[in-house]
Amino acid sequence: MISADISTVLPEILLAVYAMIALVAGVYTGKDKVAPTILFLTAAVMVVLAAMIGLSGGGTTSAFNGAFIDDGFARFAKVTILLAAAAVLVMSKDYMLRRDLLRFEYPVLVALASVGMMMMVSAGDLMSLYMGLELQSLSLYVVASLRRDSAKSTEAGLKYFVLGALSSGMLLYGASLTYGFAGTTVFSGIISSVGEDGMSMGLLFGLIFLITGFAFKVSAVPFHMWTPDVYEGSPTPVTAFFATAPKMAAMGLFARVMFDAFGTSTAEWGQVIALLSLLSMFLGAVAAIGQTNIKRLMAYSSIAHMGYALMGLASGTEQGVEAMLLYMAIYVTMSVGTFAFILSMEKDGQPVTDIASLNMLSKSHLPKALALLVLMFSLAGVPPMVGFFGKLAVLQAAVEAGYGWLALAGVVASVIGAFYYLRIVYYMFFGDEDKAGIDGTMSPVLWVFLMGSAAIMVVGMVNLFGVDGLAAAAAQTLVN
Amino acid sequence: MYLALLISPLLGAIFSGFLGFALGGKGSSIIATCSVLFSFLCSLVAFYEVGFCGDTCHITLFSWTSSSLFNINWGFLYDPVTCVMLIVVTSISTLVHLYSTSYMDSDPHLSRFVSYLSFFTFFMLILVTGDNFMQLFLGWEGVGVSSYLLINFWFTRIQANKSAIKAMVVNRVGDFGLALGIALIFYTFKTLDYTVIFASAPYFCTQDFYFPFLGFQVSRIDLIGFLLFIGSMGKSAQIGLHTWLPDAMEGPTPVSALIHAATMVTAGVFLIVRCSPLFELMNWASNFVILIGALTAFFAASTGLVQNDLKRVIAYSTCSQLGYMIFSCGLSNYSAAFFHLTNHAFFKALLFLGAGAIIHSISDEQDMRRMGSFVRNSPYVYSCMTLGSLALMGFPYLSGFYSKDVIIETSYNSFFVDASFSFVLGLLAAFCTAFYSFRLSYLTFLNKPAGFKHTFSNFHETSSTMVFVLSVLCVGSMFSGFVLKDIFVGMGSDFWSNSIYLDPNHRVPFTDYEYIPTSIKLIPIFCGLSGASLSTLFLHFYFNKKIPQEFINSFEGSIYFKLYKLVVNFLGERWYFDKVYNNFVAKPLLNFGYYVSLNTLDKGAIEIVGPYGASYIVPRISKQLSILQSGYIYDYASKVLLGLVLVTLPTGFVYTLLMIW
Amino acid sequence: MTVADLAFYFFAIVAVVAALLVVVARNPVHSVLWLILTFLSAAGMFVLMGAEFVAMLLVIVYVGAVAVLFLFVVMMLDVDFAELRAGMAKYVPIAGLIGVVILMQLTMVFGSWHMADGAEAARAAVTPDAAEVHNTKALGQLIYDQYIYLFQAAGLILLVAMIGAIVLTLRHRTYVKRQDVLAQMYRDPASALELKDIKPGQGL
Repeated sequence: MISADISTVLPEILLAVYAMIALVAGVYTGKDKVAPTILFLTAAVMVVLAAMIGLSGGGTTSAFNGAFIDDGFARFAKVTILLAAAAVLVMSKDYMLRRDLLRFEYPVLVALASVGMMMMVSAGDLMSLYMGLELQSLSLYVVASLRRDSAKSTEAGLKYFVLGALSSGMLLYGASLTYGFAGTTVFSGIISSVGEDGMSMGLLFGLIFLITGFAFKVSAVPFHMWTPDVYEGSPTPVTAFFATAPKMAAMGLFARVMFDAFGTSTAEWGQVIALLSLLSMFLGAVAAIGQTNIKRLMAYSSIAHMGYALMGLASGTEQGVEAMLLYMAIYVTMSVGTFAFILSMEKDGQPVTDIASLNMLSKSHLPKALALLVLMFSLAGVPPMVGFFGKLAVLQAAVEAGYGWLALAGVVASVIGAFYYLRIVYYMFFGDEDKAGIDGTMSPVLWVFLMGSAAIMVVGMVNLFGVDGLAAAAAQTLVN
Repeated sequence: MYLALLISPLLGAIFSGFLGFALGGKGSSIIATCSVLFSFLCSLVAFYEVGFCGDTCHITLFSWTSSSLFNINWGFLYDPVTCVMLIVVTSISTLVHLYSTSYMDSDPHLSRFVSYLSFFTFFMLILVTGDNFMQLFLGWEGVGVSSYLLINFWFTRIQANKSAIKAMVVNRVGDFGLALGIALIFYTFKTLDYTVIFASAPYFCTQDFYFPFLGFQVSRIDLIGFLLFIGSMGKSAQIGLHTWLPDAMEGPTPVSALIHAATMVTAGVFLIVRCSPLFELMNWASNFVILIGALTAFFAASTGLVQNDLKRVIAYSTCSQLGYMIFSCGLSNYSAAFFHLTNHAFFKALLFLGAGAIIHSISDEQDMRRMGSFVRNSPYVYSCMTLGSLALMGFPYLSGFYSKDVIIETSYNSFFVDASFSFVLGLLAAFCTAFYSFRLSYLTFLNKPAGFKHTFSNFHETSSTMVFVLSVLCVGSMFSGFVLKDIFVGMGSDFWSNSIYLDPNHRVPFTDYEYIPTSIKLIPIFCGLSGASLSTLFLHFYFNKKIPQEFINSFEGSIYFKLYKLVVNFLGERWYFDKVYNNFVAKPLLNFGYYVSLNTLDKGAIEIVGPYGASYIVPRISKQLSILQSGYIYDYASKVLLGLVLVTLPTGFVYTLLMIW
Repeated sequence: MTVADLAFYFFAIVAVVAALLVVVARNPVHSVLWLILTFLSAAGMFVLMGAEFVAMLLVIVYVGAVAVLFLFVVMMLDVDFAELRAGMAKYVPIAGLIGVVILMQLTMVFGSWHMADGAEAARAAVTPDAAEVHNTKALGQLIYDQYIYLFQAAGLILLVAMIGAIVLTLRHRTYVKRQDVLAQMYRDPASALELKDIKPGQGL
């Protein structure tokens, strides 16, 4: 039995063991001097694991008495997480090396965070859920304050830590209420304890506290307060990491708990999530307009995007989950490309984050400006780009599920939100020529990621590279 | 061949329009003229085959659109009605193309002009050949567009712009009626094919097929007819929707001759004749048709009495003649209407083209009061115009005599009040027609020179092409009535075969007019002759100062002078139609559009709710939101908890309510 | 009322009161002391429930190690908690309101509390029968067998905490002299000594 369990959790074990070996190896060899090697090695291991997970056969297996579930949904999320983490790692090397931030613990922590994320999306038990969540969060707290000599970075880490602890507390409270009602922490046990006549008051409150905790992790309004500060304060590669893999993981966990543990009461949590979705979309769209710092702007952008992804989840249908997964995959891809560009924003060798520094980028660096234009259009959901199809999918799912008002609000919010994406485009193409812009130099790695992401946004409109089909298959294993 | 005659003008239009830069004005007009001429020759063959051999031709090409019950095919129906229209359209069109070549030769956009003309011809052919209402509507709108383009041909002139827009807008009213009529036809018959509709029309005439309209229970057939007739009124410039036609004279004169006299404006008459199986089944709607037609005939003729613009006089004359045709249709005398349509096409084109020749010769002066004595400058044009006028007023044995008298006689012979009404108005109109025709001739040709000297010194000779065209039309005006009378309205003629349907229960069979007393038959001629002679004599005396001064003085002092001024004003202001429309319809609507739609809604409420409002308020909300982002952990924590309350409170509340309930 | 009941109420009341005092005490040292009292009361309750192992663990690890360590830190760092709490006054009304609302809601929840039908059975099913197995052994069986996955995950979390602490705090101070044992051991006179022939009366 134990060997079967272990083979089920093999990718997680491999990554954890690799992380520990890398840690020891780093300590006993050149320490920070070998950091680039470890970084690339970590990325390679992640890609290999992603391939391993992606190519492993279908089917649903559970391990450790239901604490760990390996199904199509988990695999889809894990592949996305690992690839995003690997991409961010590779992108961050130059930036961190130049700013003397590249500690060899950084890739190790990212790897351990990824283990946590993989545990999250595979969680089949409230306890394993919490373990995965804390493993991920703790690693993220640390990497957020990686630039430990900067007040902003440490402040970001501390804020994230304290507020994360608060949300964990609420999550735990919800978990204990749930356990108190159901007498078990396994999702399958919880779902079977919900009677014919709907949820009892206690379970409902447990559910709401759980949702609160998850909403904090996906930075949904009104639990989003940490996001802009942490995004701004953290080193940019870490911000890029925050914007990609953990979002996917938290969303996957969210969906996992909602469907596996509370799948019979979609109406109850659907309403709550719809409210969160509505608030997120509007706050993300409106608050971003006043921002001049591109990292803060991306923070609000991610809040708004989480609102759309939550709209898919709120639908409570298979189509909704499919749309949510598709949306997240597209969002992660767009974010990688956008952050590849943000990482290259430098003026006289110093990083800049003011969007006004993009003035007339098209004059000096047309291909990059065009790529960023494509990404911004895609983020805004302008039709031919892939980002539009993600939005379309969640809107359709919401309409199908009877959340027409939410879909309508989503459209309005996306129109408002288009403003700040287009403003960046405006700066690049019609801005003030007198103001000196960024240097525009870019390492080949970042260039590849930027162009690749932009190309995906354009070429993907043909058939989305079949990701929608994969997402549909993944959603089918979760909702049944 | 049947399709070739259709497509040939389109090809001509495309070639002369898109390749005009390469072909040049001359080349374009040759191509366009040849294409229409070819079409005319084909039409002659078609006329022979269909009209004389009785071989109705029906071609179905392919499906246009198919949506459950709504199936439209590209189909072409060549029956006698269509073929007569083909002859009229293509012959006049050929002549007008030819005429334009000379008339517009100094215009740099000649190729565009002939392209439009051919384009118009194509749509007119689509209109008359279609075998369903959809195709008719396509042609209907196509000729409307062509009309707009041609009126606005000299688009740098504000007056042309205004007239073109007016024509378009007024026609919208009619087209709206037509579109509603077609929709109601589809609603009733579930098809738009003529054959199916006409065959099954009697069934829908029964009590069961009533339709609530404006609070009345209306027979559907009546309502369909009424709505179709609204369309006719727009296109054929019947009273109420006629205001665009006189203004359309802003276009080049060949356009006035082709579109606004001979062909397009007769589309309304064609529509009624085409739908004769429907109109025969109507009750009150046909009374309405008679009423409108008769009123138009009289109103336009009376207005024509006092107009001073050469072309406007002829335009009102057109309007009046269309009124004859319409009320003739209302009296179930479709063949007479069609007969008059054909004859009218010839002599009205002749009048317009003759007027055009004069206008062209004196460098675009149109006011008759500044003309006179052109009989000496261009006697040929004078004789053409006089011939046209005589044909128009129904001088014996010229074309108008045959058709117009038939119409008036029928109206005498129909034993209904509305028919008598139309008889009286028709006679009055005939009198007026003769009066203004001779007034036109007198002022333009016979009067002493009243214009500026340079008008006469710069008079240039009418070109041979124009002369040729006028001659052809003269022949048509002289003989078309005599030749076609027995074919079209002769006793026992089976020329129309099934294309015109007469319901024996509806009105008196139309051949009765052959048996009315000769004295009655002479009345129209008498009216015409008296009108002509009165006008000539009066003008002659007036301009040669033969009227005794004391008579004038006593007249000016009397109460009759006031009445005279009142009447002249009334007619001169065109029965105040334009004034009423402008003051009570157009201005309030424009004000509504400007103040309500534009200022209050589009630039007001919608902007405030939409872009402007959003761009004003969103950054402010954004600022407020960034104040919320204080940066303090305890602040954030309390907001997180507040959020928790926000989420739990409604849930708990609703749940508690449910529990209690 | 048996002795056990009396003991339960005693420990429970002490635990709650002490926990309250942890929060409201002005002196941080007092806070930590109250915290120790809370732990001890909790340990007492564990004993009442028959979980001696956990009770001992609580006393040894939390009271003996963690809390005492914490006490030292508080004493040595001289953190002015009053100053940290200065901003709190502003938030007392809103916090109170939130607290009251949440309290009311939770009262509502517990007022209508009931468990799922199979909850008791499900709860019992996980643990071995207390009559047969000693609770320490039962704990061991659960942690190292049934919940091995969670246990290992907890280990990973601790590892991350450790890495994090080191990454964020460890600084290599180059100006501090460090002892290098190997270097000391491999040091020989040849490399350490230099013989100089010094002429008398000249000095170096």
